[in-house]
Amino acid sequence: MATPTLDKVEDAKPASAPSPYITVTFRIRRYNPEISSEAEWQDFPIEIDPKERVLDGLHKIKWETDGTLTFRRSCAHGICGSDAMRINGKNRLACKTLIKDINPEKPITIEAIKGLTVLKDLVVDMDPFFQAYRDVMPFLITKGNEPTRERLQSAEDRERFDDTTKCILCAACTSSCPVFWNDGQYFGPAAIVNAHRFIFDSRDEGGEQRLEILNDKDGVWRCRTTFNCTDACPRGIEVTKAIQEVKRALITRRF
Amino acid sequence: MSAETTSAVGPVEGERLYDVDNPAPLIEPPRKRTKKSPKTARTNFELYGWLFMRLSGIVLVVLVLGHLLIQLVLDGGVSKIGFAFVAGRWASPFWQTWDLLMLWLAMLHGANGLRTVINDYAERPTTRFWLKNLLYTATVFTVLLGTLVIFTFDPNIR
Repeated sequence: MATPTLDKVEDAKPASAPSPYITVTFRIRRYNPEISSEAEWQDFPIEIDPKERVLDGLHKIKWETDGTLTFRRSCAHGICGSDAMRINGKNRLACKTLIKDINPEKPITIEAIKGLTVLKDLVVDMDPFFQAYRDVMPFLITKGNEPTRERLQSAEDRERFDDTTKCILCAACTSSCPVFWNDGQYFGPAAIVNAHRFIFDSRDEGGEQRLEILNDKDGVWRCRTTFNCTDACPRGIEVTKAIQEVKRALITRRF
Repeated sequence: MSAETTSAVGPVEGERLYDVDNPAPLIEPPRKRTKKSPKTARTNFELYGWLFMRLSGIVLVVLVLGHLLIQLVLDGGVSKIGFAFVAGRWASPFWQTWDLLMLWLAMLHGANGLRTVINDYAERPTTRFWLKNLLYTATVFTVLLGTLVIFTFDPNIR
């Protein structure tokens, strides 16, 4: 008999409970190449509970106001990494950003991540990003015969690269990097993080090859340690530290 | 950032430049990523460049601060500097080496730093090419001229 109890609680509330809804303005950078070659800011005032996420606000706009608003999202819970966008000038996941945390009194600006070709509204071409990711060979490389049982690893060896296993490839770090904005040839933080994940894995034997790739003129040496990537990472990965560790590995390998 | 509410649909009433079959050209970011560079093109140049910047920086702190101290602060300050002062210093191989080292390290350190700045900021390949060309020419000229003067300095010149 749970339902009556619930009813009672609701009944107990005063009829004029203060509404949690407030009016928030979403200022979204719209771009549609089928209409104009220029991107434009468009304001959407919406009624929303500030404890909801930015993604909920975008859904509300898409479902109730303007169905042409285009953005990527899949799991909507911070794991798939498809809804990275520039919210109030900072790269974040729309599904992990609460409206109350980003000052809902002022218009909230939302635009596509920088440094990648904008295809429509908040959707960018991720191909160059994944090209760089593929180029560091993000898979286990081993020599010799395959063992008949699993490849064991001590807890300490696992801990060595634990931080960089958390990457969800949302591109928030790479598209926050000023070097990447001006030169798409740079591998970018995300590719280096995923190389780091295998370079420091005791089971992997392709570290030498990956270090060689990142020793490229567009590799780790282009990092200016501005820490934009570390600030942007929604998973809290210490991206700049990972890049520095790859640099150190390159230098200690040489000398 | 324009605060006014604008409609993203149709910038100009009546005339439409772009449609589904004729979309606007996309704005590609500068130097869009290509496939990874061939293995033969990979060298340790950037590694050595990065290391050189750190090591020469440490040495230059001593050399440049020492230079400024000697030239501008100690022994009567800047007013003592004249032809005779320079001639007196360069009579000693120690100061010759000091100045030569400072010249080479500072010029290469600065040139490498500017090369990095050009790589980071110049987007078009031709701009990059000409800016770097100018930089290398200026560096080589200054380093060679400076070296020539240090080694062929004649205190009895008229």
